[in-house]
Amino acid sequence: MGLKSFVLKKSLWVFHFGGASCNNCDIEILDCLTPRYDVERFGIKLVGSPRHADVLLVNGSINKRDKSRLLEVYEQAAKPVYVVAFGACGCTGGIFAEGNTFAGPVDTIIPVDAYIPGCPPKPEAMLSALMKLANTI
Amino acid sequence: MAEQLLYFFIYPGMLFAGLIGGLMSWADRKVTARVQFRKGPPLLQPFYDFLKLLLVKETILPKKGAAIFFLLAPVLALFGSTAAAVIILLPAFGIHEGFQGDIIVLFYLLVIPSLMFIAGALASGNPLSAVGASREIKLVLSYELTFILVVAGIILKAGQSIHLEHIMAIQQEQGAFITSISGILLFIAALFTIQGKIGFVPFDLAEAETEIAEGVFMEYAGTAYAIIKYTKYILLFILPVFVAEMFLGGLEFTGIQILWSILKILLVFVLMVLIRNTNPRLKIGQAMRFFLIWMNLLVIAGLVLHYLGI
Repeated sequence: MGLKSFVLKKSLWVFHFGGASCNNCDIEILDCLTPRYDVERFGIKLVGSPRHADVLLVNGSINKRDKSRLLEVYEQAAKPVYVVAFGACGCTGGIFAEGNTFAGPVDTIIPVDAYIPGCPPKPEAMLSALMKLANTI
Repeated sequence: MAEQLLYFFIYPGMLFAGLIGGLMSWADRKVTARVQFRKGPPLLQPFYDFLKLLLVKETILPKKGAAIFFLLAPVLALFGSTAAAVIILLPAFGIHEGFQGDIIVLFYLLVIPSLMFIAGALASGNPLSAVGASREIKLVLSYELTFILVVAGIILKAGQSIHLEHIMAIQQEQGAFITSISGILLFIAALFTIQGKIGFVPFDLAEAETEIAEGVFMEYAGTAYAIIKYTKYILLFILPVFVAEMFLGGLEFTGIQILWSILKILLVFVLMVLIRNTNPRLKIGQAMRFFLIWMNLLVIAGLVLHYLGI
């Protein structure tokens, strides 16, 4: 394990991309950032700009309008960047999968490194997924 | 010549100040975490962040913007803060290299990082960065007047001395400046001023993550952002040291005095972190009013009290 991968896995900065979600996943993500779960002890930090992001956390169903924006955010992020699909809608489309504005689950648009299923997933699931992602780096 | 370069790049300058500043950044995050009943990051977290940005991440240049100046601005900010660090830290560590008028030079050097952040943000061509830059300009305009008055008060109290080492020597003879009422008023104003200079929470409106997506630093990625982080670490170390030198009777790193000096720096630092943790972010109008009216009144009251001999 080289120095580069060690420091990268010790400081994953997360950028939250919310698609057309029902807001339940957003609230679970906010829950995960509260003092009770304390993601900062793993070096994880929520950042406001995709330029600083190491992990794009995408939740919600991606509809036709979100698609170009998601692609743009992915291209704007400084590489290497990892993508995590959060929630049933992010992974497969969930209950929106047959809607006429649905533009495909996240992994048909950009490459996804980790999936967190659930509707909504628990904050512990997000922590576990980020740790598993960090251990693959 | 080699000695001066050593001062600038290694011992009290860039490398040393950055290392200690990184540790203080960890302390800031740890104290913040404890205030919020969290566990907080590991000790080396600031260095992990810095090395990750420096070594791993890609640097992105803006398409519509002045790319060369965009990259040059963080470097100039780093050199400005390093020059300030050398002038502040040399007298603290008892190296007699200071010159007459260094406190005036410091005043200019400490503006350079803010100015360069503004210039870099405007060079990026991003509208949200421009909003951040405009806020930072207003903030600089408001706190610099307070800062100049505080420094003027210190010079008056030290009997018209403009030599940092001499100011510390006077305090060791006559007692620290904070022991008088006018000194306390000036100390409060200085504390808020350096809070604004570092960009800690009541005055972090130039880099508000939630409103304008990190504002002035929004477009920076990779190595350029690592240099900005390093500049911030240096500022986080030298500004509390500067306040401790000006008000708390100076610093001395010999014998038992080492403990007292470290305690003085930590006192200023913990006060700053507690102010940061107990206050919400101000709007730009509120911040300007705070400095231009209330802090200036406080400093002027301090100066008047000094003339009355209190």
